[in-house]
Amino acid sequence: MVPKGVWILAEQQHGRVQRISHELLTRGRDLADKRKADLTAVIFGHEINDADLGELIDRGADRVIAIESPQLEHFLVEPYSACMLALIREFRPEIIIAGATSTGRTLMPYVAAKADAGLTADCTVLDIEPETGNLLQTRPAIGGNILATIKTPCHRPQMATVRPRSTKPAPRQPGRKGRIIRRPAPSELLGSRMRRVDFIPSTDQHGLQDADIVVAVGRGIKKGENVKLVAPLVQALGAALGASRDAVDRGWLSYPHQIGLSGKTVTPKLYLGLGVSGSIQHLAGMQTSETIVAVNSDPDAQIFRVADFGIVGDLFDVVPVLVERIKKAKG
Amino acid sequence: MMRIVVPIKQVPETNAVKMDEATGTMIREGVEAIVNPLDLYAIEAAIRLREAHGGQVVAISMGPPKADRALREAIAMGCDAGVLISDKALAGSDTWATSYVLAAAIRKLAGGAGVRSAPPTPASQSGIDLVICGERATDGDTGQVGPGIASFLDLPVATYVSRIEHVGEGLCRLRRLVEDGYEVLEVGTPCVLTVVKEIADPRLPTLRGKLRAKAENIPVWGVSELGVEASKVGLEGSPTRVVRIFKPKVARECLKLPAKDEQSLHQAVEKLVAFLQEKQLV
Repeated sequence: MVPKGVWILAEQQHGRVQRISHELLTRGRDLADKRKADLTAVIFGHEINDADLGELIDRGADRVIAIESPQLEHFLVEPYSACMLALIREFRPEIIIAGATSTGRTLMPYVAAKADAGLTADCTVLDIEPETGNLLQTRPAIGGNILATIKTPCHRPQMATVRPRSTKPAPRQPGRKGRIIRRPAPSELLGSRMRRVDFIPSTDQHGLQDADIVVAVGRGIKKGENVKLVAPLVQALGAALGASRDAVDRGWLSYPHQIGLSGKTVTPKLYLGLGVSGSIQHLAGMQTSETIVAVNSDPDAQIFRVADFGIVGDLFDVVPVLVERIKKAKG
Repeated sequence: MMRIVVPIKQVPETNAVKMDEATGTMIREGVEAIVNPLDLYAIEAAIRLREAHGGQVVAISMGPPKADRALREAIAMGCDAGVLISDKALAGSDTWATSYVLAAAIRKLAGGAGVRSAPPTPASQSGIDLVICGERATDGDTGQVGPGIASFLDLPVATYVSRIEHVGEGLCRLRRLVEDGYEVLEVGTPCVLTVVKEIADPRLPTLRGKLRAKAENIPVWGVSELGVEASKVGLEGSPTRVVRIFKPKVARECLKLPAKDEQSLHQAVEKLVAFLQEKQLV
């Protein structure tokens, strides 16, 4: 049986399908059309919302395969990978793409090892090579210094992960036709030597990665106490607060705030860097933001190379004036 | 008593990288090599567990001969031993082949009988209790090898571990950092963990550690010592192939305004707010 079809790994939380799934449908639809193949959304969970499954069809899937069990309510690598491998064996997809989420980045390599499959992480571009039909996977490496295009010439399925928020969610086409297959997970695939005993929600008001506006502070704020001077601006913009690695390493903000190669990737509508120099490490985590604004006293700071708008000045002078002006603009 | 393996990688300083365009792999000569920064956290976590429970921490690394230096740095920090996995046949391995090889090395360390799945006996010297990896390497930057190793060893893996709360009686209780908070998980040992920076601040090597590291014998295992299949390693054994490398385009035209006195400051801020309003961000 020749492998055929493009799959996306949809994700759910508390039974609700997550946004990454719709972003993946955009990517998947493009690849499936080029391959003249079907697009399938695969999802694991427990009591997944009916309408959400239908929405996957509306947004471009030709087929949805939902495997359900109480043991699949939360991601655990062993039952999820066992179920995924069984589906791969049964249906033989040619391409599988998933989000580079904490789940995708764990599940995909675990599955790829056992499936003898090639896997490329954090792809920014996915395309089909016209002559061969191979998946072309482009991703940054060496701290974003280079871009590499990767192929999986022989092994199938070809697997790839895509950064969340790097794609627009697929639009709804109400009335679109497709098939929804719902199955209970076979119990022999549900063994797990791990269990989730508790969950501690983040104390962030809203997640850094979901925010439309991000304000990031770097070494330029000079000390931890100065973070609070930025709070009025964060509030005025309705932003989430992020930090460079420098600021986190110095203990000014905790690690979940860190944006960059060894921190989070953000792609907000607006990124505003205050006293952030813009090292390659940091840029890797924010350079695909829609609009980038930087305030730095060093006119040669790297961050200005990726910014749309920059102010060269002392952020401690700029911020209060900016806050006032924004408040006035908002009326 | 605990036996912990820490796979580490020697990586180039990210600012000075060269690629071999023909093979799509990194040219390692002439670039300063450091221990992958995130592996230092894995080393630290392992050493702390050994300090609490007794046992042994073995650092392993797959790389060219000079990766020996990375292992000695790990020993200088406090690891008990190091093993270098090096063989020309391994060059150009992607994450699949690398995970396959490292898993084979860990299996060999576990005594060839396979990693124990029964609860460890306190006095046991063979078998592995934990494999602790850094979350990702700063060159390849995939984060795939930790889960890959676990998969080849058929062990559970907890990624993004930010705190190890308890290890013992065949279980590891830990906190895993996910998008919206922390999962508290209980994982049966032996298992694989990949750790994030929050796990522990890495210590500096001590003078005594450096002296010990200098004198330490670090065995080199190649393809034959590991008993791995030639067709599953190196460029040949890698399902993925780099076909092109290129420099990303410099991004944007920046409108840069000075704010060196009160007047220019206000002007700059005015323009910025107008800019943001135009984009409906304010």
